[in-house]
Amino acid sequence: MKQTRQRMAALIGAVTLTLSVAMPAQAVDLQFFFPVAVGGKAAETIESLTREYVSSNSDVNIEAVYAGSYQDTVTKALTAAQGGKPPQLAVILAVDMFTLIDEDLIVPFDDLLSDADKKDWIGGFYPAFMENSQTGGKTYGIPFQRSTPVLYWNKDAFAEVGLDPDTPPATWDEMVSFGEKLVKKDGDGNVVRWGVRIPSSGFPYWLFQGLTTQNGVILMNSDGNETYFDDPKVVEALQYMVDLSQKYGVMAPGIIEWGTTPKAFFEGATAMMWTTTGNLTNVRTNAPFPFGVAMLPAKERRGAPTGGGNFYIFKDSSDEQKKASVDFVKWITAPEQAAQWTIATGYVAPRPDDWETPALKAYVEDFPPALVARNQLEFAVAELSTYQNQRITTIFNDALEASITGEKAPQAALAEAQEKADRILKDYR
Amino acid sequence: MRNTINLRLSWVNAWLLLTPAMILVIGFTHFPAVKTFWNSFFSTPRGKRPAVFTGLENYHYLLQDDIFWTVLKNNLLFSLGTVPTSVCIALAMALWVNGKLHGRGFMRMAFFTPTVLPLIAVANIWLFYYTPGFGLIDQIRSLFGLPEQNWLGNPDYALAAVIVVAIWKEAGFFMVFYLAALQSIPPNLREAAQLEGASSWYFFRRVAFPLLMPTTLFVSVNAVINSFRLVDHIFVMTEGGPNNASSLLLFYIYETAFKFWETGYAATLTVVLVVLLSIFSVGQFFLVDKRIHYR
Repeated sequence: MKQTRQRMAALIGAVTLTLSVAMPAQAVDLQFFFPVAVGGKAAETIESLTREYVSSNSDVNIEAVYAGSYQDTVTKALTAAQGGKPPQLAVILAVDMFTLIDEDLIVPFDDLLSDADKKDWIGGFYPAFMENSQTGGKTYGIPFQRSTPVLYWNKDAFAEVGLDPDTPPATWDEMVSFGEKLVKKDGDGNVVRWGVRIPSSGFPYWLFQGLTTQNGVILMNSDGNETYFDDPKVVEALQYMVDLSQKYGVMAPGIIEWGTTPKAFFEGATAMMWTTTGNLTNVRTNAPFPFGVAMLPAKERRGAPTGGGNFYIFKDSSDEQKKASVDFVKWITAPEQAAQWTIATGYVAPRPDDWETPALKAYVEDFPPALVARNQLEFAVAELSTYQNQRITTIFNDALEASITGEKAPQAALAEAQEKADRILKDYR
Repeated sequence: MRNTINLRLSWVNAWLLLTPAMILVIGFTHFPAVKTFWNSFFSTPRGKRPAVFTGLENYHYLLQDDIFWTVLKNNLLFSLGTVPTSVCIALAMALWVNGKLHGRGFMRMAFFTPTVLPLIAVANIWLFYYTPGFGLIDQIRSLFGLPEQNWLGNPDYALAAVIVVAIWKEAGFFMVFYLAALQSIPPNLREAAQLEGASSWYFFRRVAFPLLMPTTLFVSVNAVINSFRLVDHIFVMTEGGPNNASSLLLFYIYETAFKFWETGYAATLTVVLVVLLSIFSVGQFFLVDKRIHYR
């Protein structure tokens, strides 16, 4: 009997405890997933910004969850949603927008904003970034950790071979002719320094999209249900990329690793490299020689894709949560915060007025290369993004890799990729 | 009457004792397996569209999917490349550190270290070994005047490069089993052989190796299973590229399920993997077991 009473007491205790935990708190709770792709201070900065916001807004409680890489974050958000507990807010790749719409997980910002906000706030971002954030006339994502690829060059190497150390190649032809001068061989005829390095492991499509844009062609429509992989100009761009190794011998043959690219640049194993602005702070800290940062070279025009992540608001949240999410996104993308974020990471502040803040002005005065990416936005286009995005880009990547490694001719590889993409996308037309 | 109650009680007791284990086994092994098999006959649910029964359509697609055939071929090559080599190296290392030599403890530890390191960390180290130009391997090659070689970026070498990492990782683990088995061989057998004038190679071939057969079976079954299971380094080193040249079945399943969100088709691929593994392990047991001498 005594035992039973004790058990009852324990049970009551447990129930009260559970209830008190489950009691809704006064503040609105938000769970916020974010990825880190470049390392360094990105995670710290997001966490400290979030803390700063929460401390001045007592009615909101935000749990910022570092969710791994971009790929990990979208995987976690999608699995959490399938398990019925999606986050309220997340930073996910801009190109995953169609996937999130297709899974019916996110809401457009338009439904949560006043008309004035729609005009002033959404209208205030760089149009190049909004291309991957809007579809069907609605805004699903707000640009946040966005980047674009640029060309870095080693000024010492340029001077060594008699090139002007302050003039980067401006055209495709110049990149080849500069590259030919910059290639250095040892006594055995083996290359010890390549002219240029365009990394192609994992997601070759991104930098390749720089080449196609420069060649005056886009890879997909804005509805995300058509691709133009077998366009003759796309084939021509791929032929140029292949020729850099095969014909002109200015780039190492085979697939080039992303991860070791900055290291190869620091080691002098390549005189130029194409990589994301997200590496700017890294290069500034580690390059043992003077370096320059330039826009990618032009063919018919200048051009580059944008990249990186957007804020998305998840459908399965209460109205208060959605409202609080919007307020937080507005705050963290506001000029003061965006400037702090750009200086810490090298990501491109997404609004023109961000660049008018004293902090950012002082930063670019001290370090002008930080402006290159912003100036290139004028020529930037949307990153490849379609329905079933990961599948389509994998098909495209496979075709690019097959050509780069010489398994297939560009024409054949791209025609095959287009056919496969058509088979998947026809359901969305 | 009393007996029946006792009997019934002991039944209840037995079930109660079994329940926790059964819940775990059913919940985490049998149910997912059956559910996977079931899901492989359905389309992938997306947003507003629920899964519909499509019969054998996923299996039909599987037969036409050239990437599936590529990864299957890669996986068989990966098994052929890793299993015999890692087992042989494990045996050789075990024989070596079982003998009387200086710094035996250090050697054993050195051989075992790869097993302790997480595969992701190992892959990052190897990534720099393989780096063209200034990576370790190319630096050594350059001493002999050889040109740089893009090991991971060339479809002819990528699979071989990831096979080497898997062997390096596994051999030390299998060595431990061989070492334990070697130490349980009674020393009087060796003494008897020596008295008879048998050479040490003869002793190994006719006495030690047959006695090690149960370990060999155990180790090779595990090696085969691992060759379908070890894919962590692929994520770090090649992401299956170039053009799927180093992609393995499990990596492709992950891509299909968690990158493409084709969960229906991923279930189909998983069924294939489970069937393959069952055939291999059952086959190994039946074929090899007959030749094994258990003490």
